[in-house]
Amino acid sequence: MPDNPLSLRIGLFVPCYVDQFYPGAAIATYQLLTKLGMDVTYPENQTCCGQPMANSGFEHLTDGCNTLFIDQFSEFDYIVSPSGSCVLHVKEHLKDKKQPEMAIGIRKKVYELVEFLVDILGVQELNASFPHKVGLHQSCHGQRGLMLSQMSELAAPFYSKPLQLLKLVKGLELVELSREDECCGFGGTFCVAEEAVSVKMGKDRLKDHLSHGATFITGSDMSCLMHMEGILKRDGSKVQVLHIAEILNAE
Amino acid sequence: MAIEAGKQTHSELAGGFNADEQRVDWHDETLWWIRQKRDKAAHGIPEWELLRETASQIKNNVLSGLAAYLENFEARALENGIKVHWAADAAAHNQIVYRILKEKEVTQLVKSKSMLTEECHLNTFLEEKGISVIDSDLGERIVQLAKEPPSHIVLPCIHKKKEEIGELFHEHLGTAAGESDPQVLTEAARQHLREVFLTSKAALTGVNFAIAETGEFVVCTNEGNADLGAHLADVHIASMGIEKIIPERAHLGVFLRLLTRSATGQPITTYSSHFKKPAPGQEIHLILVDNGRTEHMGREDFRASLKCIRCGACMNTCPVYRRSGGHSYHYTISGPIGAILAPNLDRKKYADLPFASTLCGSCSNVCPVKIDIHQQLYKWRQVIVQEGHADLAKKLSMKGMSLLLSSPSAYRIAGKSGRWLLRHAPFAMNNKFNPWYKQREMPAPPEQSFSEWYKKMKK
Repeated sequence: MPDNPLSLRIGLFVPCYVDQFYPGAAIATYQLLTKLGMDVTYPENQTCCGQPMANSGFEHLTDGCNTLFIDQFSEFDYIVSPSGSCVLHVKEHLKDKKQPEMAIGIRKKVYELVEFLVDILGVQELNASFPHKVGLHQSCHGQRGLMLSQMSELAAPFYSKPLQLLKLVKGLELVELSREDECCGFGGTFCVAEEAVSVKMGKDRLKDHLSHGATFITGSDMSCLMHMEGILKRDGSKVQVLHIAEILNAE
Repeated sequence: MAIEAGKQTHSELAGGFNADEQRVDWHDETLWWIRQKRDKAAHGIPEWELLRETASQIKNNVLSGLAAYLENFEARALENGIKVHWAADAAAHNQIVYRILKEKEVTQLVKSKSMLTEECHLNTFLEEKGISVIDSDLGERIVQLAKEPPSHIVLPCIHKKKEEIGELFHEHLGTAAGESDPQVLTEAARQHLREVFLTSKAALTGVNFAIAETGEFVVCTNEGNADLGAHLADVHIASMGIEKIIPERAHLGVFLRLLTRSATGQPITTYSSHFKKPAPGQEIHLILVDNGRTEHMGREDFRASLKCIRCGACMNTCPVYRRSGGHSYHYTISGPIGAILAPNLDRKKYADLPFASTLCGSCSNVCPVKIDIHQQLYKWRQVIVQEGHADLAKKLSMKGMSLLLSSPSAYRIAGKSGRWLLRHAPFAMNNKFNPWYKQREMPAPPEQSFSEWYKKMKK
């Protein structure tokens, strides 16, 4: 942990769809960081990082989002967000012709929640309890983009930052999966542009979790969970999705 | 995405493939099994990641000095007695093959696997000229009998079940009706192909690696069909893309160790055959084909895809490929690598392919030469949109979204009214015009957004 974490000013970056549809994930993130002694501020004029446009081939239309993002977040020591995907987008694509150094500065200080807790705060214990069987969904942008955990394709030693944190939660029983890091098929606009394949991918991922007895599915990206939740609800399943922040914050 | 009028997009073709869910499961599980075999083979050698890095750097070096390597290769090959031809495009390649065959009065060509000749559509060209072409790779022969293109570069008929192959063989090779035992079917194909090998005066093979230092080339097969064809025929024609060069023979070991471990999980192909000089009384013709590769090399963001050694690992690992089938990519090379190669040739026709991905990145991780496949998919999306190949509805919705998200107040109003609408008039979104809703429920709209909660909490 840094010498005096209380002196760190954290800008909380809440993805647009989390703000609108999954406030619980953002509230848990805010409360968790506050419990850990952080000075957390939510800049109230933030909207979206621009990823939905950029991944659809319209990166050239993200200037407005980029400028707004820089304007909202440049003052903080760290920017933390409960989304690997949005953070990866900012890290790889945030730019501003008029103030390029500001964009680069932000790229270097933006963190996904799990990596912030593990790499910056070095969290070793949590006062959290969640006595349920949980399946961990590895969202691709967090895993392969931000390297939150080792990837099954690589011949390299195992590690997993989300697992490290979930192991600190009392009573939580993690289920094993047959395919530990296969994509769920959300993929941004892919989920509607390639509806058939997207849903099939989601169904297959869910089958893996459900057949191994998960009663909750968690992950560090709400978008993947939203997609899988949509399928679960349509099937009338009782299995629930929860953002990892909500489990780490559960008492 | 706008593609040619009357042609189906990847999404539409994949939708068709998904009409039979059991088949999708079977296709997915078959290819996943191969991915697992790949993992076992790759993770079994401690220097795997170093091998990938080495191969990547050798290929980077090749691309940065391709002209000199090609000239070197040509000079050595000529010294060895190989006849070397240069083809600027597919048409030139096909003409060269035809000229050679015509001169030798050949009417039947036996061909081992060559994705390049698929790319050039050589079979149809020669058949129109009255020359019959018989593919001797078993999978290729099966799709040839079915009059289909291959659906996978290493496993051309992976989309076909053994019962379907049994039916084809019954119709074309006279096996018993209902016979689907792989051993019986393979034996029937062996006997049929043996006849072709013995009666063909000319054989065509692909090229996996061409060595600049020695002027030899290497063809990798599991069935030995390239060797049988090439050794029994008077004329051996080898077609290669100009990017297949490697500088030295010593580099070959790196690639041979990577190629089949990545492709099928085997330590090496059953046959890795070196062709250096023609046997007495025989001729070897080697055709160096550009067909857009030089132009491709000029595109800095996309150059690295020329490093591809055609192992197919990116297809086997791709969760989209496994659930959409190779034919949904409507290009000679399917899967993630096909989706980044195709736009080099035609951005309009293949405008949909870079979007047939969730950008999960698994392809880049299995690639034995470390091509940044998913990054290129992202970059092609930008190029395709900038060149005007996105459809109008998408352009308008993206413009609208961009305006909305650039204004905090507009965003807040839209969010609030959207949630209100979903709560009070769910039918506005829960209908057949919303592709999300077809098989998924919409998320439950909360009373207040996070920003509303935060504002109240801070008061």
